[in-house]
Amino acid sequence: MADERPPDPTPVEPTAPKEAQGRGAGTLRALRGLVLPALALLTALIVGAFVIVLTDFELLGLWTSDPVRALGESWAAVWNTYGALFRGSIGDPVRIFGALFTLNFDELKSALVPLSETIVSATPLILTGLSVALAFRVGLFNIGAEGQLYVGSLLAVIVGFSFVGLPWFIHLPFALFAGFVGGALWGAVPGVLKARTGAHEVIVTIMMNYVAYNLITWSLRTDLVQREGRSDAISKIVEPTAALVPIVQGLRANWGIVVALLAAVAVWWLIFRSTKGFEFRAVGFNPRAARYAGMSIGWSTVWSMVIAGGLAGLAGAAVILGGSRTLSPGFSPGYGFDGIVVALVGNTRPLGVVAAALLFGALRAGATPMQSATGTPLDLVVIIQALVIMFMAAPALVRALYRIRTERVTGTEVFAKGWGS
Amino acid sequence: MKLELRGITKRFPGVVANEGIDLVVQPGEILGLLGENGAGKSTLMNVLYGLYQPDEGEILIDDKPVTFHGPGDAIGAGIGMVHQHFMLVPVFTVTENIMLGMESVKNRLGQLDLEAAKRRIMAISDRHKLRIDPDAVVENLPVGVRQRVEIIKTLYRFSDVLILDEPSAVLTPQETEELFEVMRSLVAAGTSIIFITHKLNEVLEVADRITVLRRGKVVGSTTPAETTQTELASMMVGRDVDLVVDKTPAKPGEPVLEVRDLVVRDERGHPAVNGLSLTVREGEIVAIAGVNGNGQTELVEAITGLRDIDTGEVLINGKRYENDPRAVYAAGVAHIPEDRMEEGLVGDFTVADNLVLTSYWHPPYSRGLALDGDAIVRSATELVEQFDIRTPSIFNPVANLSGGNQQKVIAAREFSRPLELIVAAQPTRGLDVGSIEYIHRRIVEKRDEGTAVLIVSTELEEVMALGDRIAVMFQGRIVDILDAEEATLERLGLLMGGAHPEEVAPEEAAALVADTHDTAEATDG
Repeated sequence: MADERPPDPTPVEPTAPKEAQGRGAGTLRALRGLVLPALALLTALIVGAFVIVLTDFELLGLWTSDPVRALGESWAAVWNTYGALFRGSIGDPVRIFGALFTLNFDELKSALVPLSETIVSATPLILTGLSVALAFRVGLFNIGAEGQLYVGSLLAVIVGFSFVGLPWFIHLPFALFAGFVGGALWGAVPGVLKARTGAHEVIVTIMMNYVAYNLITWSLRTDLVQREGRSDAISKIVEPTAALVPIVQGLRANWGIVVALLAAVAVWWLIFRSTKGFEFRAVGFNPRAARYAGMSIGWSTVWSMVIAGGLAGLAGAAVILGGSRTLSPGFSPGYGFDGIVVALVGNTRPLGVVAAALLFGALRAGATPMQSATGTPLDLVVIIQALVIMFMAAPALVRALYRIRTERVTGTEVFAKGWGS
Repeated sequence: MKLELRGITKRFPGVVANEGIDLVVQPGEILGLLGENGAGKSTLMNVLYGLYQPDEGEILIDDKPVTFHGPGDAIGAGIGMVHQHFMLVPVFTVTENIMLGMESVKNRLGQLDLEAAKRRIMAISDRHKLRIDPDAVVENLPVGVRQRVEIIKTLYRFSDVLILDEPSAVLTPQETEELFEVMRSLVAAGTSIIFITHKLNEVLEVADRITVLRRGKVVGSTTPAETTQTELASMMVGRDVDLVVDKTPAKPGEPVLEVRDLVVRDERGHPAVNGLSLTVREGEIVAIAGVNGNGQTELVEAITGLRDIDTGEVLINGKRYENDPRAVYAAGVAHIPEDRMEEGLVGDFTVADNLVLTSYWHPPYSRGLALDGDAIVRSATELVEQFDIRTPSIFNPVANLSGGNQQKVIAAREFSRPLELIVAAQPTRGLDVGSIEYIHRRIVEKRDEGTAVLIVSTELEEVMALGDRIAVMFQGRIVDILDAEEATLERLGLLMGGAHPEEVAPEEAAALVADTHDTAEATDG
């Protein structure tokens, strides 16, 4: 049809001052982007509550004999479970404030353990989330963050234990850089293959994950990497000069979170404030127009995958240097794959990625304390996580549930594009 | 069948797309429905086709009110629609496409009865001179024939009222003529046709009555005998419009673009441009006419550095810039691409970002790696003002603008720097009269400043309105170059169809061979 869209309303006169509108509009759009994830989380918690109630067989029996009591007990069960989840991931507010007022620092420290654990869990998720989000922006679906993370951690560990006697301010950045380079190399392969031969990055990155995993397992048994006197696959220990030390003695939260947040700022600048990011986004939205404008699609593909890989590699480095300081196969519980989810929930914006990573970090950190406190299985957290993603993936459902008016879709949901191209 | 729309009103959030529209189509007549993009033609037809429910008003068939809940109801009531973008399955045969959705079956197992369908298709085809091979696979058919398939498809469903949405947009003048004959044959057999278009000459030629829409309302009804193109244009736009591009004779200077023996291959490796030579001088507009798919796209891409050159060369001010769009840009070449939304703009980007899409990489818009947001905003604010781009703000996604304003964004971006050469492909495709006038004026302005201009267009009206010289492209070559004065619709049309230049050049032919004079003159019409 000649005119698909409904007729334009009477032409709107451009209003001044336009600058003010623009800056405001950006923030507004970012805020509006948070509404959907928040509602998705809320819905997931509500559905999760039903799961809690329905999986408790004693309670189920009670519904037939004494519905009123059953209702009360159900409420208590949900309240206790979510309470424990909250205390396990953020902490007990009463304890924290109590310690603050009495200036009891040891007490404060122990009250802050849950928060510290959340930060530890969130650190790698921020970095892998940024990795996937950046690739999304260029229209690429980076399933390979997991493999990039492994290769990054290997290089970081090798640099970490190979140099003895370096000052920390040289050794630590060097080890982190090595982690970035490892991931970048691993990301470059699918990037180059895509740019040169058109090989689909989804397939290549998945395969590269297997290669990475087995490469790690193999190298952990070589003399170079394997710890002396050990027959199992485990690396030498990283020198203390390359470690990401705790921010506060006694808590596990380390300077890795600062590295991750700096990376988020850098990625934000790269995507939204640099010429290369302009190219990345143009290529991601409309490759033909990008080509017309003289941008190189191949260049953007390769470099975005290099940087995305580097970010995932940095995640691997941050986990090892900030934690056990030694590498063993299977140290990642799927940070790379969770990065996909984090990028999706974070709407591929760096700020959103940080928020989403903190959320999932909190769920993960709170799961174990919740299980020990209430007996609700860990799996509830996995279910909630999955539900959040499901509701995020079906925005129409959430909008319908909460009667939110549909906005004009302009195609900001870029993740849809990663599949086809 | 008599079809009547009475007081149709359709509202969308914030917009009234149709307001109290009355329309009558008598049996056996062609109603021309004219209107700019966004005037509400498509909304109205979607209401009629059951895709939208009207907020007010009613549809009457033979004076009885009907309600359509979907296209199925409309088809059942005898209304058929041929969309501008054809709804055909490319890998199916003509017969399969036509029977799709109402397949005839031989037995209870649901085995298709292709023979029965074929017989009916041939009967329809014979009755209305709609020549078709029922066994041809649709993807191998030219556009004009595909349209015939769409028309047969509606007749196969016993349509009494046919809606044709911009049917001539994809056709050559000769194919359009054929279409008009089919339309006349259909109305002679009692079918009614609603013919949607924005081409004034066509509606005057073929319609029995004309209704003009503007901003969702009927602004006038008339007949071809009572009106003129100019009058129709001002009814559509709501003000007086210059249909004739106002331009003085060109003052050509030095050659700017020289194309020599150019061969360019398409995606499948066939030479799409095949030994083409062409010169465009400063201060002149050379317009290339031709049916879509004769190598125009490849030619433009080769000139602008977007496609490999096989052999031959393209010189811009004497220099070669092969395969480097950015160097071509830096040499002072503006490129208005064929497909606005697919190629010329990033729809999700803001107006401001699109205005620097080709210039973001150099000062003042960036320094090193850092974009200068303030400079971008400043320049965008100026350009929006200067080029009269209607947008709520420069931070709106360009996809939300109307087609005309999108094209203005491209024009603003490409014309707002020192230029040597403009390469414009289909610069006004799908635009309304007002926007066409605007873009044409800008192009002529640039010519008068001494810029060389190359226009590629499948719209003959545009070619004839703008070109100082008109080159006709056929199968990858320039078959003839005519001065604007000697170009007529008929001559161009024949050349576009592949006729030999001497067959269609009356004067030369007459001078050479006296006894072919009569035929030649007949051709010249």
